[in-house]
Amino acid sequence: MWEMASQRVAFGKTLVEIGKENPDLVLLGADLSSSTKTSFFEREFPERFFNCGIAEANMMGVSAGLAASGKVVVASTFAVFATGRCYDQIRQSIAYPRLNVKIVASHAGITVGGDGASHQTAEDIALMKVIPNMRVIVPADAVETGKAVRAIIEEEGPFYMRMGRSDVPTITKEDDPFEIGKATVMRDGSDVSLIGTGIMVSQALKAAEMLRLEGIEAEVINMSTLKPLDEETTIRAAKKTGAVVTTEEHSVIFGLGNSVAITLGEKYPVPVKRVGIPDRFGESGEWDALMVKYGLTPENIVSAAKEVIKQK
Amino acid sequence: MIDEETLKKLSFKANAVRKHVIEMVYAAGSGHPGGSLSATDMLVTLYFHIMNYDPENPTWEERDRFVLSKGHAAPALYATLAELGVFPVDELLTLRKIGSRLQGHPDMRKLPGIEASTGSLGQGLSIANGMALAAKLDRKLYNVFVMLGDGEVGEGQVWEAAMFASHYKLDNLIGFVDRNRLQIDGETEKVMSLEPLTEKWRSFGWAVREINGHDFEEIIDAVEWAKGIKGRPAMIIAHTIKGKGVSFMEGSVHFHGKPPNDEEYRIALNELEDERKRLVEEFGGGS
Repeated sequence: MWEMASQRVAFGKTLVEIGKENPDLVLLGADLSSSTKTSFFEREFPERFFNCGIAEANMMGVSAGLAASGKVVVASTFAVFATGRCYDQIRQSIAYPRLNVKIVASHAGITVGGDGASHQTAEDIALMKVIPNMRVIVPADAVETGKAVRAIIEEEGPFYMRMGRSDVPTITKEDDPFEIGKATVMRDGSDVSLIGTGIMVSQALKAAEMLRLEGIEAEVINMSTLKPLDEETTIRAAKKTGAVVTTEEHSVIFGLGNSVAITLGEKYPVPVKRVGIPDRFGESGEWDALMVKYGLTPENIVSAAKEVIKQK
Repeated sequence: MIDEETLKKLSFKANAVRKHVIEMVYAAGSGHPGGSLSATDMLVTLYFHIMNYDPENPTWEERDRFVLSKGHAAPALYATLAELGVFPVDELLTLRKIGSRLQGHPDMRKLPGIEASTGSLGQGLSIANGMALAAKLDRKLYNVFVMLGDGEVGEGQVWEAAMFASHYKLDNLIGFVDRNRLQIDGETEKVMSLEPLTEKWRSFGWAVREINGHDFEEIIDAVEWAKGIKGRPAMIIAHTIKGKGVSFMEGSVHFHGKPPNDEEYRIALNELEDERKRLVEEFGGGS
């Protein structure tokens, strides 16, 4: 029902467009530019693309030095390396001095597939969310990815943005607005609110269709900015439906579910359930088979929705 | 070559910076005197003689940059910048106090003149790489100086950065290793041996020179030599004495990260005052 498209390709193409407009845009890669699609930019602007080799920590420091000298820097690699391997470099050299560096990572979550747990990451959002000055963006599809890249490059300061490896359903439209820190209501409903991020927004939309067949009207919200969280939309949803399910392709610990549950716990308590990757490492497999095994299906969202409705 | 006037200026400034360092860490009740004093002569030579720098306008785009990768030597950098006039000397005694712009380790967003926020070791050379690369992209002529501690080069990131600098032929990048041979847990060669250090840098594609890091003339000559190197970065391995200038701190691990007590403070300041008097006798008059 939806077309499938690559967030990475959208990212790569948008960078080329921005590169034409903004001579201060500089890209850094760590031997994975063909995977992250920063290779498009490299082909167009070879003088503004620097491969750092398999040396991510140095890449983050070089980003900081370039940004301190007036450049706007996009540093890209796989999410597991971009965050966990470089946590201290991001914290000390980029976030603490609020430098204009955009860390845009691909291959996030479990849909990496065959590479297995070493290359999957369910922790990247948690790691980036906890760093002061860092903002975290997770676009839902390829169309939103293009808009998000533009937005984070226009906005001064450090950002972390994550994308998956696999193609994802296109659920937003070219003329939909995108604003950092603003969630989008994708579908109206009064019985339960499904708040998702990334690929899980499309799963939530599927779940909402399934719930409708059982007479349950679910609201679906795309929370494309994880930090700062759109508290206003979150609280408004809780007030409206009185029951919330969060869903993300990330650990249930300290991701979207945590942000939403804590916000509502402090400001407007309602029943909340988190659908995400359980607290354990992933494994190799087809990405869609992994989604089933790790509980990231519309069916998982449906049963969570019924539980929170019962708890109202 | 160094003329008498320059030698006089640098000698008096280094003495003044050392006094500030002792006063600052004493007032703060914590801090790192040892590695500040070993770095002092290089910092003073860079800022008062070598660097193209306007203290009135520390964000001037064409300025030479200095990154203190060994961020714990912040007291010496702060004292040098204050003596230069970037911010008031009076502010030095606020080091490490709540609300101060003089953080325990340098914060580029708080204090003018600080080019990079450092403190977690091993990161400054990468930042300096980025600055040197930006100069190349913008066809600007400034140089980027960076100082690493010797214990610090145990960090793997330093060698990632070393590869990057030679790969991208960053000949506008000039590094110093403050080779005082001591780190917190003891002698560098016992904790984690660094030698042969010169050969390591050379094999990573750098031009390398060893100097006495307390000899102003050697520092100046080495930077002149480094500026003449084309197509690759240059590293100056500066042999220094930890705690240089205060007898009981010299060569002592104890004063890596510990301020002097009351008695030690008095002795240290007396020694530095004696050194100032000696300089007056040698050169005649203050500076």
